[in-house]
Amino acid sequence: MTREEIIEKGQVVYKKPALLNDTPMHYCPGCSHGVVHKLVAEVIEEMGMTDKTVAISPVGCAVFAYKYIDVDWQEAAHGRAPALASAVKRLWPDRLVFTYQGDGDLACIGTAETIHALNRAENITIIFINNAIYGMTGGQMAPTTLLGMKTATCPYGREVSLHGYPLKMTEIAATLDGTCYVTRQSVHSVAAINRAKKAIRKAFEYSMQGKGSNLVEIVSTCNSGWKMSPEKANKWMEENMFEFYHLGDLKDTGAVK
Amino acid sequence: MADQEITLMKGNEAIAHAAIRCGCDGYFGYPITPQSEVLETLAEQKPWETTGMVVLQAESEVSSINMVYGGASSGKKVMTSSSSPGVSLMQEGISYMAGAELPALIVNVMRGGPGLGTIQPSQSDYFQACKGGGHGDYHLIVLAPASVQEMADFVDLAFTLAFRYRNPAMILADGAIGQMMEKVVLPPFKPRRTEEEIIKECPWATTGRIGGRKPNIITSLELRSEEMEIINLRIQAKYREIEAKEVRYEEYMLDDADYAIVAFGSAARIAKKSIEIARSQGIKVGLLRPITLWPFPTEEVKSLAGRVNGILSLEINAGQMVEDIRLAVEGKVPVRHFGRLGGIIPDPDEVVEVLKSSF
Amino acid sequence: MAKMKGATVVDTERCKGCNLCVVACPLDVLALTGKEVNRKGYNFAHEVLADTCTGCASCATVCPDGCITVYRLKTE
Repeated sequence: MTREEIIEKGQVVYKKPALLNDTPMHYCPGCSHGVVHKLVAEVIEEMGMTDKTVAISPVGCAVFAYKYIDVDWQEAAHGRAPALASAVKRLWPDRLVFTYQGDGDLACIGTAETIHALNRAENITIIFINNAIYGMTGGQMAPTTLLGMKTATCPYGREVSLHGYPLKMTEIAATLDGTCYVTRQSVHSVAAINRAKKAIRKAFEYSMQGKGSNLVEIVSTCNSGWKMSPEKANKWMEENMFEFYHLGDLKDTGAVK
Repeated sequence: MADQEITLMKGNEAIAHAAIRCGCDGYFGYPITPQSEVLETLAEQKPWETTGMVVLQAESEVSSINMVYGGASSGKKVMTSSSSPGVSLMQEGISYMAGAELPALIVNVMRGGPGLGTIQPSQSDYFQACKGGGHGDYHLIVLAPASVQEMADFVDLAFTLAFRYRNPAMILADGAIGQMMEKVVLPPFKPRRTEEEIIKECPWATTGRIGGRKPNIITSLELRSEEMEIINLRIQAKYREIEAKEVRYEEYMLDDADYAIVAFGSAARIAKKSIEIARSQGIKVGLLRPITLWPFPTEEVKSLAGRVNGILSLEINAGQMVEDIRLAVEGKVPVRHFGRLGGIIPDPDEVVEVLKSSF
Repeated sequence: MAKMKGATVVDTERCKGCNLCVVACPLDVLALTGKEVNRKGYNFAHEVLADTCTGCASCATVCPDGCITVYRLKTE
């Protein structure tokens, strides 16, 4: 049987979701953002929410997320995406509203907006890409940079005495009464990607069911910022990031009721 | 409920009632003296049970203005209110809204600065309101009420102008107007727009791709310089149109005046009393009260310069609007400034003395 | 015995040569080009052991740029 015959007679078992348009993404080769974009697009499509979604992009590498996923987007000021999302969801309660933010945006400059939106039980989802570095500005220290990790602004490695500790925003979120579903996922393998997709779907569904706020952290790689190949970055993440940022659900009150 | 209601209330309360009545969809704010009654009145009125208006106390002014940014991006009629230090915190969001060309209302009930300053009335945010305030080349449409009635009336007017030009509008009041109680005729009730009406009126808004239309994107970002210049030129052309069409002002006893006072808001009220005193002493003075501070009534001030022997800019600040007056007058007549600082309201008698000694 | 035969189609112009699909493929079906590059200058993924592909779609699942379409056919 030839390849051409398989293509002609076979079933499509995987293709890029249509909602992820053909515009080439500006992300570096191997960047986790692309995988998460695919998952978000797939979930919106599968939920049939294409015409009822309002998404909020951050400042950071994902600032141009609006160019790639064909839903309505608002591009927020740095850190303020949860404030925009709070207003949109309250003003348009039947819309699927989510933010897509990086660690600098969400866990540093936007800490207040993030915590308060989550704790007000806004019926939104926050997708949180944690790659422990500022990607867009060229690899500076993030609030989530691991101790000992080298970045452009901690070139000798992050030290407690100089820079304090990395921030576990997802653990904080899980303590908030307003949150419904808080989970930490990754997209470094097929199994992890499938789990991450289920988590995004669950979060989106809870937000539409009015069960409160949802946070899906995706522990991610920034291979160019980390100065590694995509493959090595995945391995480094497994060996170093997961030890500090444990994967799995931290809270799920949505299923109980 | 009767369509028109005459009542006695504070300026801040009038803002809240007018917002509910003009079909406002959402208010997002943070307490700060001397304007907290806006949020308090809304919370007490519970419009979410009547008109469906959303009222939310945010965690900060930074968040409030970004909630307004989100709401305005989705085509809703949304507003916030604050006072000087809080409005400073909002400047980033205001700049984004100007850049993304969004209609919204920001109310600044000014208090004295700089810094934490005082909670007493001031007009020292004229520069901030009229000259940008945040970063980038932009303007807000700035309305200056001089009475509780105008506090009520300007809410609907500000929204109308904001939506007409897709530009944020500001009501620039001061602590005196916000806190004083006066008789006010509340505007008639106007229903909030339906979802369909919003989608029709704001085809640019991020309402979700209803009907399968192309995605709408609200952003102020464009990295290609050639494109960014085109966007800037379009926005500037809009500002020129606003300057040509939307200047508003009031003239008072100017017909036979030898001297003119130019004053807005609370200062204009003091000016009227000063004019009464001055005229009783044989000094013919009149008042030009800019109602829109931006667009500034440049042509009117210019024509005033040809008719009077001197102009006094009466402001409750160290001299801000006087710069726009001087630009309009082009040196044709002497222009003086008088103001009190630190939250002190000038006395009409001292204004008359300044008039006598200035010209 | 029923056997799954698969085929991948790579959008080579969209591919950035990150190599993640190559690593993810359990059967070494894919490899990056050696010298050949696309219009952006990237080496791109292509099938080198097409016959062994079972259409498991691991490559496409991990592809950050959505470059890969996977087909599958059951054969006797």
